[in-house]
Amino acid sequence: MNYLPYMVAAWLFLVGLYGIVTSRNLIHLIMCLGVMQTSTYILLLAIGYKAGQIAPVFYDKPIGTPAVDPVVHALMLTDIVVEATVVAVLLALTMQAHERAGTVDPDELEAMRG
Amino acid sequence: MSRSVRLWLFAPALVVLAGFLVWSFALLPAFGNYRGPYGDVLNSVAPPERHVTDVVSAVNFDYRAIDTLGEEFILFASVIGVMLLLREHPDEVKEEIEDEQAERKVPFPSDAVRVMSLLLIPPTVLFGVYIVTHGHLTPGGGFQGGAIIVSALALVYLAAGFKMFKRLIPHQLVDLGEGLGAGGFVIIGLAGIAAGATFLENVLPTGETGDVLSGGTIWLISVTTGLEVAAGLYLVIHTFLEKLLEHVKEGDGRGLRKTMDDRRWTMRDGDAGKTMGDGRWRMDPEPAKDGRPVSQGPRYEIEDRGLR
Repeated sequence: MNYLPYMVAAWLFLVGLYGIVTSRNLIHLIMCLGVMQTSTYILLLAIGYKAGQIAPVFYDKPIGTPAVDPVVHALMLTDIVVEATVVAVLLALTMQAHERAGTVDPDELEAMRG
Repeated sequence: MSRSVRLWLFAPALVVLAGFLVWSFALLPAFGNYRGPYGDVLNSVAPPERHVTDVVSAVNFDYRAIDTLGEEFILFASVIGVMLLLREHPDEVKEEIEDEQAERKVPFPSDAVRVMSLLLIPPTVLFGVYIVTHGHLTPGGGFQGGAIIVSALALVYLAAGFKMFKRLIPHQLVDLGEGLGAGGFVIIGLAGIAAGATFLENVLPTGETGDVLSGGTIWLISVTTGLEVAAGLYLVIHTFLEKLLEHVKEGDGRGLRKTMDDRRWTMRDGDAGKTMGDGRWRMDPEPAKDGRPVSQGPRYEIEDRGLR
């Protein structure tokens, strides 16, 4: 139980990686990349957690109440924004690949064409 | 390499990676035993110093503002990337899409979807603005609030179709807003230098803890970031929609499009199957010249209420 969140993060990472390597569709590949990024969120949050303490927001609790680490929360925010932008660019690439090559199967899109 | 070779190489690599991951995670401090001092220091220092109650936003926009600046420009660059990738080429030939199932009746977009989307737009915008401006008090901030505002703009598309979406939201203004948001961040940072401190240092007066206008530059940066995120994500949505709906032919009447726009307005006068130049055309499709079956969509006569 002490290490369950870390193992969940590891499992998500490995499952996402398996999905990417065995993928037959670029959109499925992009979603698996999202799953891998989710594993990093869970790992970050799990590292910063202290048992029994509140979230680092003191609006309704007195200032000075023990709270969990806010830095990992901030890093995770950044992470999510980066994920959204990466997915957007990759989907745009997928649309162009489909237009040029007629397929979204990564196995068919091997040769680089000018 | 072929697919099977790749998979055969991947299987042992996956096993080894799994082993190393589990082993290294087991060496971390147990879940709930955070040891590092950085988090405790920030939690005790940030509210008295900066007069904010949301320490996460303070970390994002003040203590680690340079990272947030980089991340905002990642968003900016990816918006540019998407717009570049999906731009129209001057020599690209737009092919007409064959209507392979011309006899199929396409259901009109449900009234429930349109009404609910319309009703949800003002609360969503309000909620997004609240999240952006209260980012330093309660969980929130520029990024989250900007995403909520963009979902309100997407609701406009759901409620009214793509043409109205393009018409209601001025593209040039949103473009300008995105640049202002990204540049505003840098200018606020330079204001720190102008005031004699370091780049992005919090040099504005921090008010009372719990006030909306507190935290100095944290509130300002949150607002500019919200503007930039909302404008940037809107541009991404607009680019994708424009690309998807670019094969839409005007006023063809042969049921080539299955979107909302071709069943919206009736025509006051004019010929069947022709457009009148501002998006209105006749509902009854013109019979095809070579006798192909023509899609018989629902015969609606919607009065044009002048939503220009």
